[in-house]
Amino acid sequence: MSIQHVFIISKAGSLIYSWENKANESISVEKTYEWPLDVKLNYIDQKATVVFGENDKVKLRYTISAINKLNVINGKFIENDKEQDILEYLENESNYPLTLTFNSPQLTANEKIILSSMFHSLYTIAAQVSPTPKSYGIECLETTQFKLHCFQSLTGVKFIAVVSESFTQSIDGLLRKIYEIYADYALKDPFYAIDMPIRCEKFDDALNTTLEKYENTSAVTI
Amino acid sequence: MAPQTIPGEMFAITYGCLVVELIKDYENVEDVNAQLDKMGFNIGLRIADDFLSKNINVGKCTDMKQLSEVLAKTALKTYLGVTGQVTSWSAGGDECSIIIDSNPLTEFVEIPDKYNGLKYSQIICGAIRGALEAMHMDVIVVLVDDVPNPTEIRLKFNRIIRENVPAGEDE
Repeated sequence: MSIQHVFIISKAGSLIYSWENKANESISVEKTYEWPLDVKLNYIDQKATVVFGENDKVKLRYTISAINKLNVINGKFIENDKEQDILEYLENESNYPLTLTFNSPQLTANEKIILSSMFHSLYTIAAQVSPTPKSYGIECLETTQFKLHCFQSLTGVKFIAVVSESFTQSIDGLLRKIYEIYADYALKDPFYAIDMPIRCEKFDDALNTTLEKYENTSAVTI
Repeated sequence: MAPQTIPGEMFAITYGCLVVELIKDYENVEDVNAQLDKMGFNIGLRIADDFLSKNINVGKCTDMKQLSEVLAKTALKTYLGVTGQVTSWSAGGDECSIIIDSNPLTEFVEIPDKYNGLKYSQIICGAIRGALEAMHMDVIVVLVDDVPNPTEIRLKFNRIIRENVPAGEDE
């Protein structure tokens, strides 16, 4: 599974569509602990998050989703009809042994919106600080774990694909194909308002078909 | 998705019905002209991406000559099945006409005297204006001549819509 995410960003910089590879679904790890806890936890964005003490199953940035099968939401859970703070509870030796369930990090819908407008600004900055004239913004952003490819249409719409480092298929063709699908299934839907989030089932179907085709071609190539 | 085509006559008849319905609705040719232009504008906003996504070699137009050639030779060919001729350049090079000798929309049309002033092909002007605005160009598009003569569309470049230009496209 090499294509991780697809985003479409409007000319004004707002996220109008996102797709995520199903293989990215959250990994859940359950483990029973004795006192004292061997992982360090802090609140990050209201979630009890692993910040130190990673092991082969529970990794940095994982968050607690349940304790003794009780759901933990925003760092709180209900025990005996009483709301408890998860980190305070974990500091009390008398509560052990206990079972914790961790989830791997997941982008929320809000985080995707924030990241998309952040990328919109980064794209603009890259064009503006270019040492050479007539430069576009970011077309490929590379890290140790993934590559982000971006194609901006003349009309200002950005099509982004986040792929694994090992993905060797040409991305230009994929982004152009997504642009065609956008023109065909979003813009030609008379009830789709331009620059609003795309909620067209035919668009979803066409995009999924195209992405599957690209995945399969990639597999054959390897 | 291969480009879909329909018989030109079906397109012409459908458009004819649209115009007649508008005349019934508004009973005033100035209002009909305005509505045709508005509908064309909305079509143009969407058709720009369709055109660009299927014509990868069409890059950014940096002058009026290039723009008019793309419109007359490629865009009109794609959507109306006919090519236009670019003529009547102004001295400053920012204004020209596109002549459509065999406009499929007007092939079977005769306009009665009581509808004198109706700009039958105004929707094409609106579509061109909308498509160019989607590409952040403000161009004044006027229907100079129409039924029963060849369709003449006058284009005058006004300005780049600076506030809409995407990053990297403004040089």
